[in-house]
Amino acid sequence: MGETVSKRIVITGTVQGVGFRPHVYKLARSMGLAGTVRNSGRGVLVEVEGPGEIVRRFIAAVQENLPCLAAINACEVYVQPLRGYRDFTIVPTRGETTGESVVPPDTAACPDCRREIMDPADRHYWYPFTNCTCCGPRFTIIQSLPYDRARTAMAGFAMCERCSAEYKDPVDRRFHAQPVACPECGPRVSLVDRCGKAVPGDWVAQARRLLAGGKIIAVKGLGGFHLACNGEDPVAVMNLRRRKGRPARPLAVMCRDIAMVRRHCRVSPAEEALLRSSAAPIVVLERKPSSTLPRELAPGINSIGVMLPYTPLHILLQEKGPGVLVMTSGNRSGLPLARDNREALQQLGEVADYFLLHNRDILHRCDDSVVRAAGGGTQFIRRSRGYVPQSIALPGVNGAAGEMVCFGAGGDMKNTFCLVKAGRAYLSQHVGEVDTLEGADNYRECVENFRRLLRMEPVVVGYDLHPGYHSAKLARSLIAGRHVGVQHHHAHMAACMAENGLEERVIGAVLDGTGYGSDGNIWGFEILLGDYLGFTREWHLEYVPLPGGERAVRNPWVTAVAYLVKALGEEGLAIAKKIFPDKQKEISIIQKIMQKGINAPPASSCGRFFDAVAALLGVCLVNTYDGQAAIELGEMAPARFRGTLEPYPFNLRNGVIEVGLVIKAIVSDLDNKINAEKIAGRFHDTVAAMVVKAVDEAGAGSGLDQVVLSGGCWYNRYMLEAVSNILVEKGFRVYRHRQIPTGDGGICLGQAMVAGRQYCLQPG
Amino acid sequence: MNKDKEEIILLAHGDGGLLTRELVNNIFLRHFDNPLLRPLADAAVLPAQTGRMAFTADAFVVDPVFFPGGDIGKLAVCGTVNDLAVSGARPRHITASFIIEEGFALAALEKIAASMAAACAEAGVTVVAGDTKVVPRGHVDKIFISTAGVGMIPDNLGLGCHRLRPGDAVLVNGSLGNHGLTILSARENLGLEGGLQSDCAPLNGIIRQLLDKCSGIKIMRDLTRGGLATAAKEIAEAGGIDIYLQEALLPVDAAARGGAEMLGLDPLYLANEGKFLAIVDPTEAALVVEILQRHPFGRDARVIGEVRAGKGNVYMETALGGTRIIDYLAGNPLPRIC
Ligand SMILES: [Fe+3]
Ligand SMILES: [Mg+2]
Ligand SMILES: [Zn+2]
Ligand SMILES: [Zn+2]
Repeated sequence: MGETVSKRIVITGTVQGVGFRPHVYKLARSMGLAGTVRNSGRGVLVEVEGPGEIVRRFIAAVQENLPCLAAINACEVYVQPLRGYRDFTIVPTRGETTGESVVPPDTAACPDCRREIMDPADRHYWYPFTNCTCCGPRFTIIQSLPYDRARTAMAGFAMCERCSAEYKDPVDRRFHAQPVACPECGPRVSLVDRCGKAVPGDWVAQARRLLAGGKIIAVKGLGGFHLACNGEDPVAVMNLRRRKGRPARPLAVMCRDIAMVRRHCRVSPAEEALLRSSAAPIVVLERKPSSTLPRELAPGINSIGVMLPYTPLHILLQEKGPGVLVMTSGNRSGLPLARDNREALQQLGEVADYFLLHNRDILHRCDDSVVRAAGGGTQFIRRSRGYVPQSIALPGVNGAAGEMVCFGAGGDMKNTFCLVKAGRAYLSQHVGEVDTLEGADNYRECVENFRRLLRMEPVVVGYDLHPGYHSAKLARSLIAGRHVGVQHHHAHMAACMAENGLEERVIGAVLDGTGYGSDGNIWGFEILLGDYLGFTREWHLEYVPLPGGERAVRNPWVTAVAYLVKALGEEGLAIAKKIFPDKQKEISIIQKIMQKGINAPPASSCGRFFDAVAALLGVCLVNTYDGQAAIELGEMAPARFRGTLEPYPFNLRNGVIEVGLVIKAIVSDLDNKINAEKIAGRFHDTVAAMVVKAVDEAGAGSGLDQVVLSGGCWYNRYMLEAVSNILVEKGFRVYRHRQIPTGDGGICLGQAMVAGRQYCLQPG
Repeated sequence: MNKDKEEIILLAHGDGGLLTRELVNNIFLRHFDNPLLRPLADAAVLPAQTGRMAFTADAFVVDPVFFPGGDIGKLAVCGTVNDLAVSGARPRHITASFIIEEGFALAALEKIAASMAAACAEAGVTVVAGDTKVVPRGHVDKIFISTAGVGMIPDNLGLGCHRLRPGDAVLVNGSLGNHGLTILSARENLGLEGGLQSDCAPLNGIIRQLLDKCSGIKIMRDLTRGGLATAAKEIAEAGGIDIYLQEALLPVDAAARGGAEMLGLDPLYLANEGKFLAIVDPTEAALVVEILQRHPFGRDARVIGEVRAGKGNVYMETALGGTRIIDYLAGNPLPRIC
């Protein structure tokens, strides 16, 4: 057994408020070791004494079979003189408050808690705020660290005797679960009408009745409000769409259980695992042909965003109520999520008929996360509730840049920002649009909260070069230190490099919407060569003017006219007038503003190329939500890549991927009445072939064989699959995003990395 | 002068010789004639005034020279008159200097002079001095006009940003963006429809009525280059207050709205030549609207927002909900939507 040793162990990561001390306590006792465990600002501090061999086994075991929410970032072991401990105890928290301790994310109700709320014999029966060490609200209710009830939204709720006893019992599953609550001492639900007048009776029964009657209820959840209505009632769905001003954007639904999900969607084991995970994100699933859900949930799209109820309140709401609930984020467009009760009544008063409120405050807004299972991994469309503020390990990123804190400001749409330190990235929740006063205030608040919760002071800030980006201005005004402008697509590329631990120069295939280019034009279809420190633009899609700027982005038919005129000149103009017969006058004006360069910025954007073709095929003439045309065109691609491409002819010349032949071919196919699916399929193949060809050229010229795929267009599953497969076949090593969004929700990481590396090169 | 073929401006028209004299007499003096100008001396001699005088200068290089709703001459008079009027002054006299490209049609020059004379008459000002230069082809584009103007400020009038208080009402006298769109459409031959025309007009009449009847006018600004957005931002910064505009209240007529939408331009940033912003005491807002609406240049006048305590920001509460941040335009408006 060896002689008696004394070790001091510092464990950092998500180790507070997750039952880590009881885990250590139970383990030490079971092994007959003595010592103490306590929380500190740095993490969890263990002092352990006993025979050397057993202590060694204890140190290994402490890092295994972790409590459900715990995640260890580092475990440092030091030798110390014998203290002469007799037994093993949990020491109360001290006031120390510096370090790397991490706030856990919000977590879906665990099976034990689910059982309790359904058990008439349990004191948590039917109680919508039941939680334990393994589950419940965390990030959204924590004001500051160390994580104690007094610094959470639960501070105002004094625990009753029974809750308090469980809270203090090291072997109870509620030991030190800060949000613990019961019907006697915890938060309460109230159901009110638009005027704030209470609806009498049992809230579950009343809400069920209202939803069944087609009413819209704003439901206060973990990180904000949802707008809920019966997902099986097309009238209610259309009513919600009309009131929220969302004519076509897909609406997410919450299904009572996995059986209900299966009734309407295909669910693979990977997808089921995502649905049931403790993060409980919205998972984008393929709708079954037999599904009876109204098409109005996601017009023009065959997939549907589904989640399972993740709080006891949701579980109770669906237990006997509608099996499928629309649960769309409770905000008016351009505004952040409604958070407190008054805000909700004010902001959503004309959208919702009723409000399901409660009196536990939401301290941090946090939208639902949206993910998809793609190509044997997870694809994040939005990384937010359930994941934030958990860090992402950046393999291989350490060394000189290690301890320095870098900030990435993010973009203006779908904003997230991030902090990078010591080889880990801390991405914020989905902040969303920051171009309004409310959005800017939300951004400021989120940044302050994150800095406080993580206790990190950035020394360098990476921001987007776009002169009109509010996020860039805000970040620079909020954070002192060095400010480094980072080109949008370089940031996309760097984000993908960081996530995949790439250090050497790579080829970046960035397929995106619109981002500000180094030449002042709009970019978005870029084959780059470079690393964190810099890049060259090897290939890009041919510039086509965007007549009217943002107007073209909102109106794919305008972009289509621009592509026709660019490719075919006067003939294109005539064709445009034939394809869009009710736009004669406007088309002439579009041609003129293109010719004269009036508010018609040149763009090399993949997203706009998709828009143009979607409009040519009549799939989508106007974008009522971001990316609609590209998404709807993407729906027409084959479900799976079949091994070979059937591209239209195209040329690569002098760094430019030309579009002329492609547009000509599509026009001729349209003339020949080739069906739209076929054209859409060949268009996908063409774009894939363009990327492959350009990457191949870039590889041949540089000798590089690592390719990173980034940018919003890689959400197109067919494109991702086709390009990855072909490039791998050709001997390239292909990397893509698996933990952060490939769209603009991921650029913050690239900005932080590029800024940090440039700072290291030239500090001060 | 030979009347047979189209007569054009020659370099000799600007050399100070016989042709110059002929040009001044036959065109400028004929149209602008008044006792102060008539001596054609080196300087106009004006009666001395007591009190405060406002003095402004502006140059006009608009292309095209003639456009629906006006021409460069009318613009040159109105621009200077309006700069004086929004400063609280009553415009009296202006000067007019012409830089003309060799080959410019005499008939066009005459038309411009006539239009200036009409605008002067409407505004009640006189041209008291001027100058003419002719430059070789290509050295200017057709014709540039530079005007300067003086006007008297009533003794008891004190306009200025220091008077702004939270709650003050922000008003505008009518549809935004018409001039900017008209010029763009005419210059580029875009063929924007809907009877779009420039709002070019002298504002001293309507402003005089306001100042005569209201004591609560705190500041005014004409909405030329950069449009309402830029003027509001300048005032907010100078006054150290915030301005909140209501999108739903902004007057943009159908022609301007259609044209702006078509080109993807924001009427908030488009130039006007007959529009001004006034910030007034809230107790007088209704009266101001009433006075403005009775005047032909103020039919569409309305309150469009208010002053709030702040730090020099301009915001617009939009119809959809969400408050847009209005800033100076930084170059061309490039898309931010990804
Ligand atoms: Fe992007
Ligand atoms: Mg001026
Ligand atoms: Zn639980
Ligand atoms: Zn209790």
